[in-house]
Amino acid sequence: MSKVILTVDDSRTIRQMLKLALGDAGHTVIQAEDGVDGVEALQKADNVDVIITDINMPRMDGFGLIDQVRRDPRNRAIPILVLTTESDAAKKQRAREAGATGWIVKPFDAGKLIAAIRRVAP
Amino acid sequence: MDAMEAIKQTFFQECEELLLAMEEGLIAMDTGAADDETINAVFRAVHSIKGGGGAFGFEDLVEFAHVFETVLDRLRSGALKPSDRVVKVLLRAGDILADHVAAARSGNAYPKGADSDVIAELNALSETNESKDALPDTDEFGFRPTPIAIASAPPAAKTWRIHFVPHAALYAKANDPFLLLRELATLGTAQVTADLSRLPALDVLDPDQAYIGWDVTLEADVPRARIEDVFDFVVGDCDLEISEALPAPAPIAIAIEPEDAIPQAQPPRAEAPEKKEPAAANADTAVKQAIRVDLDKVDRLVNLVGELVITQAMLSQRVHECDIPRASLIGNGLAELEHLMRELQESVMAIRTQPVKSVFQRMPRLVRELAAQTNKDVRLVVEGEATEVDKTVIERLGEPLTHMIRNAIDHGLETPEDRVAAGKPAEGTVTLSAEHRGGRIVIEVSDDGKGIDRARVREKAVERGIISATAQLSDEETDNLIFMPGFSTASQVSNISGRGVGMDVVRRNIVDLGGRIVIGSTPKKGSRFSLTLPLTLAVLDGMIVMIGGQTYVLPLAHIVESLKPRSGDIHGFGSGRRLLNVRNSYVPLVDTGALLGVTQDADPASGVIILVESQGAGRFALAVDAIVGQRQVVIKSFETNYRHIEGIAAATILGDGRVALILDVDGLVSRCRGELGGAERSELLATGT
Amino acid sequence: MDDHKETADRRQFITFRSGEQEFGADIMVIREIRGWTETTALPHSPDYVRGVINLRGVVLPVVDLKSRLGRGATATDIKHVIVVIQAEGRTIGLLVDAVSDILTVTTAEIQATPELVRDEQAAFVEGIAVLGERMVTILSMNRLAASLVASEHAQAA
Repeated sequence: MSKVILTVDDSRTIRQMLKLALGDAGHTVIQAEDGVDGVEALQKADNVDVIITDINMPRMDGFGLIDQVRRDPRNRAIPILVLTTESDAAKKQRAREAGATGWIVKPFDAGKLIAAIRRVAP
Repeated sequence: MDAMEAIKQTFFQECEELLLAMEEGLIAMDTGAADDETINAVFRAVHSIKGGGGAFGFEDLVEFAHVFETVLDRLRSGALKPSDRVVKVLLRAGDILADHVAAARSGNAYPKGADSDVIAELNALSETNESKDALPDTDEFGFRPTPIAIASAPPAAKTWRIHFVPHAALYAKANDPFLLLRELATLGTAQVTADLSRLPALDVLDPDQAYIGWDVTLEADVPRARIEDVFDFVVGDCDLEISEALPAPAPIAIAIEPEDAIPQAQPPRAEAPEKKEPAAANADTAVKQAIRVDLDKVDRLVNLVGELVITQAMLSQRVHECDIPRASLIGNGLAELEHLMRELQESVMAIRTQPVKSVFQRMPRLVRELAAQTNKDVRLVVEGEATEVDKTVIERLGEPLTHMIRNAIDHGLETPEDRVAAGKPAEGTVTLSAEHRGGRIVIEVSDDGKGIDRARVREKAVERGIISATAQLSDEETDNLIFMPGFSTASQVSNISGRGVGMDVVRRNIVDLGGRIVIGSTPKKGSRFSLTLPLTLAVLDGMIVMIGGQTYVLPLAHIVESLKPRSGDIHGFGSGRRLLNVRNSYVPLVDTGALLGVTQDADPASGVIILVESQGAGRFALAVDAIVGQRQVVIKSFETNYRHIEGIAAATILGDGRVALILDVDGLVSRCRGELGGAERSELLATGT
Repeated sequence: MDDHKETADRRQFITFRSGEQEFGADIMVIREIRGWTETTALPHSPDYVRGVINLRGVVLPVVDLKSRLGRGATATDIKHVIVVIQAEGRTIGLLVDAVSDILTVTTAEIQATPELVRDEQAAFVEGIAVLGERMVTILSMNRLAASLVASEHAQAA
């Protein structure tokens, strides 16, 4: 089922890869370059089903974004997947503590991506 | 183009930007101008390059980036301090990373071991022996591998019992038990029952609390790891028990410990909100909206506007020829049109301008390499990087700049020992600056080295027949002898300075662009190259003149003044040459028509004289029939379809639709001097100014 | 030839007249035909280079074909024609008296250049096509265009 997915990453390359993989799977993609952009995009959009965000970004990083998003009770139901090249438990724990729903480890492939989305969004 | 190919190109474009940002940050760290945000920016740049590189499988690149990133991570967490020594290593690491990217981009393998030294130093800084192979394993869903005893399982499916009780936190993170259970169900045959034992009475029910759990009996031929994997995201926010139902008596319940600290609502991320403020205040991150445009589109736009300008001029001309007064409606309309066209042209030209920073950015690395090669200590100071210039000029700046800097470091700066002996600091300084001056861009490269050895230069010039032994030259003229063809000092050509390209070629290229380059120096104190270039190579401010009945354009940049000569001011000199007395200084008089081969023996006194300044040859008086006016013209090449003619720079299309040739002052002057003998030439040189 | 098949050895030429002679050039190199306009003279150029004109914003050099082939200069008037050709990466204009028609010949019909043709012409001639009473000299535009650049060094400054 097609979802509206907000992708937040400061790397153009990653944004394009996400768009390609998600687009091919029939999802609609909204892009943002950092946490600030991401929060804005979320506010402007009518509906966002899933947020995929990077951690390391300028202006506001992934944790900041999750924080901002979760503050608004209306957004608590939006799953947030964190993109990380770091797969050690400590970083994942931190993501979880921050309120992330789950994570996707880079380098990712389309299959991983889609499976992760299916796990958090109906 | 294949989609992934397109993204790969994007990746390399992005790498270029990231490498620049990284270098900027590292340089700031080197000069002590860095703050936490700078360090973060450098980390992010390397991190992003690593991330993208991993996606395309550039293993060498990723391995190196990882080691680099580890050190940067320590730096940003404060575990490592950015001392001089550390920063020097990082700068080198940055250069190596750039090399890795270049290798990945070109498809060539990165030379084995070329980075081992730097890697060793980086590892020393991370105080770990994180070798290149120590990349953490990433497997599907990032599951941390737990040892699983895989007993030779019977082909029959296993029966798993899963007891799952989510905590409130699980819901707070937008996880949905339904989805998890659904995923479980896909593994095999599942039977799910809700465990409502914790559910309180309705009047004490807290909607934000979690009370419901589930028991699942799953028949599936999967290893335990696969089931644990389903709950990977929520382990820690739930009670989870997975057990295998064995035919034997009691199922062994294996509890997976929920990890530490069940988090409360939002742990304050103190960093993020704070960083917002200083980031906004920082000029660099001020959000100036920018879009990316294909250069082709911009070029097409510029050409179209150029055509518009010509057409508008033609229109004006035709209307004028019809004797329609300017004060009429048509006249006013046209004047308005002309005004708008000028604005349009300026705006469009401005699209193509870029700060010279993009060219200057390459210099620090060049300086580092040259300093290392010559064993000299060099500091590069850069000023005016924000100065904007048309991209056509930017593209041509790199080469002359490189030569000037090479020259400064190779020949200008002394070795640290010599410097100290001369009472100077061991570290030499090279200053690179850019600014707008009088409608042109002036770029200067100066050094605080030993200056030009004038005696040696003179000697060499005489040796190579460039000047006669008796020629009298001012200091300035002597200094600029290095631009003479044939001067390139083969004897002292070092590996770096002399690549068979002498300063004369550099100067010729600059002159071809309508610019000039001169050098000045103070012995023992230093030297300075001054490079002037037009702001754009696409349009030109010109003076329209008539010569032999034809219209020509003279670039305003070379024009000193125009005057009406009196026959008494014209004097004969040598065989058939003439000089013009301009306020008691004698300037060679050039019959431009004759020089161009379009007229014969015109009387200069009957026309107008245009005094021009040529590159390194002083002033000349060009005789023309009349001056028509002054205009900005669009430069059109005629060499594309024809060939080079000495004395003609390019062409343009005037208001009447006809082609007018743009004269090349320096070319005309060379042609003129070419017709002089050697002795006369140097005498002229002496009297020419 | 009554062949109606499209054979590989058929070529199409645009023929034009210059000083009583008929010439042909491969249709593929011809871009357009224009009426004569006054040119802007180029200094220090061979006599056969009449100058340059403005072709919709492009500066186009115009070569007097008659002069180039050593037969004297064309006395131009508005009836003359400029054939715009593109060869060797250059776009140049050829001044001719008039354009005739399009000719289709097989390579078999193109004969080799006879010995008594002057040298200046021979360099650019690919061959002669004889069709009944007509004799069309087939010119190589590539060589003609290339010769424009080469002549720089032959020029006395």
